Amino acid sequence: MATEVQGTEAVAHEDEGVRRRDFINIAAVSFAGVGGLAVLYPLITQMNPSADVLAQATTEVDLSAITEGQSIKAVFRSQPLFVRHLTAKEIAEADAVDPATLRDPQTLEQRVVDGKKQWLITMGVCTHLGCVPLGAGEGENKGEFGGYFCPCHGSHYDTAARIRKGPAPKNLVVPEYTFTSDTAILVG
Amino acid sequence: MSFPWAEHYTPKHPLMKWMDEKLPLPRFVYNAVGGGYEVPRNLNYFWNFGVLAGLALTVQLVTGIILAMHYAANGAVAFDSVEHIMRDVNSGWLLRYAHANGASFFFIVVYIHIFRGLFFGSYKAPREMVWLLGIVIFLLMMATAFMGYVLPWGQMSFWGAQVITGLFAAIPVVGEPIQTWLLGGFAPGNAALNRFFSLHYLLPFVIAGVIILHIWALHIPGSSNPTGVEVKGPQDTVPFHPYYTAKDGFGVGVFFLIFALAVFFAPNAMGHPDNYIPANPMSTPAHIVPEWYFWPFYAILRAFTMDLTIPFTGIVLVPAKLLGVLAMFASILLLFFLPWIDTSPVRSGTYRPLFKKFFILLIVDVLILGYCGGAPAEEPWVMISQLAAAYYFAHFLIILPIIASFERPDPLPGSITEAVLAKSKHKTGETVAIAAE
Ligand code: HEM
Ligand code: FES
Repeated sequence: MATEVQGTEAVAHEDEGVRRRDFINIAAVSFAGVGGLAVLYPLITQMNPSADVLAQATTEVDLSAITEGQSIKAVFRSQPLFVRHLTAKEIAEADAVDPATLRDPQTLEQRVVDGKKQWLITMGVCTHLGCVPLGAGEGENKGEFGGYFCPCHGSHYDTAARIRKGPAPKNLVVPEYTFTSDTAILVG
Repeated sequence: MSFPWAEHYTPKHPLMKWMDEKLPLPRFVYNAVGGGYEVPRNLNYFWNFGVLAGLALTVQLVTGIILAMHYAANGAVAFDSVEHIMRDVNSGWLLRYAHANGASFFFIVVYIHIFRGLFFGSYKAPREMVWLLGIVIFLLMMATAFMGYVLPWGQMSFWGAQVITGLFAAIPVVGEPIQTWLLGGFAPGNAALNRFFSLHYLLPFVIAGVIILHIWALHIPGSSNPTGVEVKGPQDTVPFHPYYTAKDGFGVGVFFLIFALAVFFAPNAMGHPDNYIPANPMSTPAHIVPEWYFWPFYAILRAFTMDLTIPFTGIVLVPAKLLGVLAMFASILLLFFLPWIDTSPVRSGTYRPLFKKFFILLIVDVLILGYCGGAPAEEPWVMISQLAAAYYFAHFLIILPIIASFERPDPLPGSITEAVLAKSKHKTGETVAIAAE
């Protein structure tokens, strides 16, 4: 007898379509889901650079002491920065290349400030996996194209710090900078 | 599997009876690694390496937790705190050398364990899940070891962190934000060191958890064996305890003997001297290499030096950097598909004449890759890595499926017992011959 009664009850509920309980279920689970997502956000974003890391200092570099053909390593955002005083020959070598043949096509002009073609300022971070290429220090290997050479996986950069050979996909990054005087730049 | 003839757990002592009613943990252990687990009688010494891997993890857990009592995860003092462990902490040098070499031994053991599985077809049905969980453990181990190597904050630590997180920057569009997110900065620094320490502490316990699943999955069909023929009856098996506890015990002794030789007489042989130079973000070591156990994969990463382009248009489809990263991950991830790639119904390589030859070639190929991965990124190493990387993929994607359909396997023994008796008959024959002389 009892089962019969239950059976008819169930049918009756189904006939009413959506039950009150279905609505409560969906509402509660959705609410918990949204709450879960909201909690996920701080858990993930805490990994991003903190305010002190982001408070990126700018870097000033004095160019007066860098003679032609010389380059120095400075520090910008706790990463190395290459400042290079190109020789006429190095400029000519860079200009002689047809940009269309390059992996990351750019002319030397596009990578320096107008009228300051001899100053090549780039990050010292290989665009492959982030090693510091050689070639900015005295007597270091400048690679097959006379610019920079990354020893980690053998990327060769030319005298405009453009990628020419090896696994790196991009030219060395040119950061934002301005000439504050004829012999000084402000990076960042 | 609990075969019907397996011994039942019957506690005798009242305390154990009481325990069995409240929490049957001793019963669980008895059925997992005691007299209640029936194992094929013909396992050879390659079957020791699972237990040895568990032992290596235990060594890492014990030494690691103690190291963490003396180590400080801060960029300013991390290097010095490791030197403090080496020089000032009582027996600190021993604990650190045991931990650093323990990582290497863990990988040696696990590589042998994996190649055991590759040769004897342990990945085949019904043990696919065991294999899949094994690859998960392997991936977790690699992540753990990588982050551990960053902790001493030497030159290789720093540049390893830079290069490995740089792999993620190869992902189009979101790559660089991901790298920054992983590092918590634009280059490895304090934030990266701290989170790596936190995760380096956590992951080994996750590994321990996955190992439990791995063994659980194994104990459903039961252990395989060198013939690859499934257990047919009680005559084919012996209880794990005392038979394999004894055999594994012997292996453990040999393991510790060799481990001690490394720790006491050549503790830095498998390390890199540059990691005794404090991290310097301004200068990359002339020749950065990861730890030796990553070399084969590192060689695959470096083998891709040319972009994938549409011919004659110069349009780059996939840049070389991304190709290398994809290939490196693919070289491991493809192992997940192995149970379905190798369609040969014969499990053990012993009975597969063609497979056996290619298996040896694969080992040689991986050793060549390993050598190239440790060599500088110059010719001839780049070219050799390219050929070896191509062969690695060819082995799994072309050779294995093809030989599975062509090969004529040798006749299989009718049962494990038959194989064992045939062998011992052969041996007794020999002894008789010697005695007769
Ligand atoms: C899967 C197991 C583990 C592996 C493969 C592993 C691997 C490593 C490696 C390769 C190093 C660098 C060694 C060196 O050159 O100094 C290291 C360091 C370290 N590990 Fe582990 N580890 C494991 C488990 C643990 C656990 C459970 C802890 C506990 C917190 C731990 C704590 C540490 C500490 C504090 C260091 C820095 C001290 C040092 O460099 O020697 N490790 N680990
Ligand atoms: S990081 Fe420079 S070539 Fe790989």
